[in-house]
Amino acid sequence: MSAVLTQQVAAGLVLGSLYALLALGLAMVYGVLRILHVAHAGVFAAGAYAALVTAPRVGAWGGVAAAVGVCAVGGLFAERFVYRPLLDQPPLVPLIASIGLFILVEDLLRLVFGPYIQAFPIRPPLQGLEVAGVRLTGNDALILATTALLLGGLYLLLHRTTLGLAWRAVASDLEVARMMGINTNRVVALNLAVGSALAGIAGVLVALYYNQVYPTMGSVVGYKALAIIVLGGLGSVLGTAAAGLLLGVVESLLVAQVGFVLPRDAIAFIALILVLLARPRGLVGGSA
Amino acid sequence: MTGEYALTVGVFTGIWVLLAMGLNLVSGYAGQPHLGHAALYGIGAYASALLTTRSGLDPWVAIPLSVLLASAIGLALSAVTLRVRDDFLAITTMGVNFVVVAVFLYVPFFGGAYGIGGVPPPRLLGVAFDRRAYFALVLGAVVLGALLDRWILRSWLGAGLVALRDDELAAEASGVDTRRFKVVAFGIGSGHAGLAGALYAHFAGFITPQDFGFPVSITVLCMVVLGGIGTLRGAVTGAVLLSVLPELFRFLLNYRMLLYGLLLVLTMRYQPQGLLGEGSALVGFLRRRAVGRPPVPRAEEVGRAAP
Repeated sequence: MSAVLTQQVAAGLVLGSLYALLALGLAMVYGVLRILHVAHAGVFAAGAYAALVTAPRVGAWGGVAAAVGVCAVGGLFAERFVYRPLLDQPPLVPLIASIGLFILVEDLLRLVFGPYIQAFPIRPPLQGLEVAGVRLTGNDALILATTALLLGGLYLLLHRTTLGLAWRAVASDLEVARMMGINTNRVVALNLAVGSALAGIAGVLVALYYNQVYPTMGSVVGYKALAIIVLGGLGSVLGTAAAGLLLGVVESLLVAQVGFVLPRDAIAFIALILVLLARPRGLVGGSA
Repeated sequence: MTGEYALTVGVFTGIWVLLAMGLNLVSGYAGQPHLGHAALYGIGAYASALLTTRSGLDPWVAIPLSVLLASAIGLALSAVTLRVRDDFLAITTMGVNFVVVAVFLYVPFFGGAYGIGGVPPPRLLGVAFDRRAYFALVLGAVVLGALLDRWILRSWLGAGLVALRDDELAAEASGVDTRRFKVVAFGIGSGHAGLAGALYAHFAGFITPQDFGFPVSITVLCMVVLGGIGTLRGAVTGAVLLSVLPELFRFLLNYRMLLYGLLLVLTMRYQPQGLLGEGSALVGFLRRRAVGRPPVPRAEEVGRAAP
């Protein structure tokens, strides 16, 4: 590969890491509840604001902790008061409730913090570095390392712990898992908390990367994350991470190499429509 | 409200009602989640605007052509619905909305971010329609749409659509050709949206891609769901309520989206049938009032989850 190409792939991987982190929470929620958690994007934006507000007072790590905390609580709230009572309704009902919740959160952020773009106060004191001829900024390296760490941690949690076993049992069949004596409510709540915490970290990283925080920052990337979890086979954690990274790279290459005529944000949806027409259950999902 | 202003609100309300009726056909009667209704609305508007400003067609010719075009694209879109279901379909239709807006925004033929201006109003005997005449026109379109809707629901088509919504597998097992009904629902529902778009373009005079974005799809969904998805009265009531209320309570304008969100969550949580949907508390109350005794649930209402 030429040096330029490698550089673009690296940029795509950084972007894809952000997509993957945000989409993972969605995939986890879909895995156990079979609900499209559109409001996840609102949780993500709330996380960025939590860090924005607290970081100047309690420092960068305090800001991250606040983002994680606010998001986890937000996810728990959505599960307990909106999704759990709607589990026996047809899928359109929780979907619309989630859309409503998203609009609510987004507009609440606009009313409280104002509609304008704010600069992010955290500046990690990181040097850029060069790995195998690819130049990464400090933020790039931070995003890649954090994502790798979180993905690895999540994989271990799912496949090496009792909790992960219970989690996978609930994902494969909630009713049967309950009959086997698993406290499904607790597992689902924990799932929402962990997934939302990931969205909080994604919120901080995105705010850091673009140095922007604004109320609708969750919209487009959130809708894209929905496309990603469908591409990743709805509910598959590994598939979602792979689809997120892949989308980042494809976007980066299409825009830079081909000079794609449509905005990069349309690529995810075009890919989604094409893939679904060919494979109605997603890239990774089983046959329909 | 002054007369002119009230007429403008009336025209926009009529356009929302048309959109809501179209979405109700797809999501209410046929039960197919559709988050990209505004794409068809935009296609109708752009088609009519381009046909009149670039091809020099008369609005009276351009409007029906735009309806046909939106219908045809809706039919093509239903090819997707035949392959994907439920949540997958919701995401796909959302994607369609984003792609269509991106095309309007980035392909120079569609005028980019500035959109298309100078869309002429329709004329009758050489006189351009004023607001009053335009309101009558929109009202006529709404009545026509409603009559079509009623006719569909009472025909064999309606029976098939409701069977499809209630249980797709059971309908298929009973010999209902669900594919055909999905295609028909998308075709006619998209036609409604196309008509709404064409009427919007010729009333507003200029259109931009943002007029047909994803939030518009969500607003229409909000109207249908609040009024009562799956019923004509629900779709119409929801559309009228959500387009007139913000005009009456201008001080609420800043909180409009907040209220929409809250309404959606609360409706889904406590009354998923909507205000006037089949089996909602209000409809039950009105029926009891009308009859004077508790109603015997009709067979089709028993054991049917909303919407």
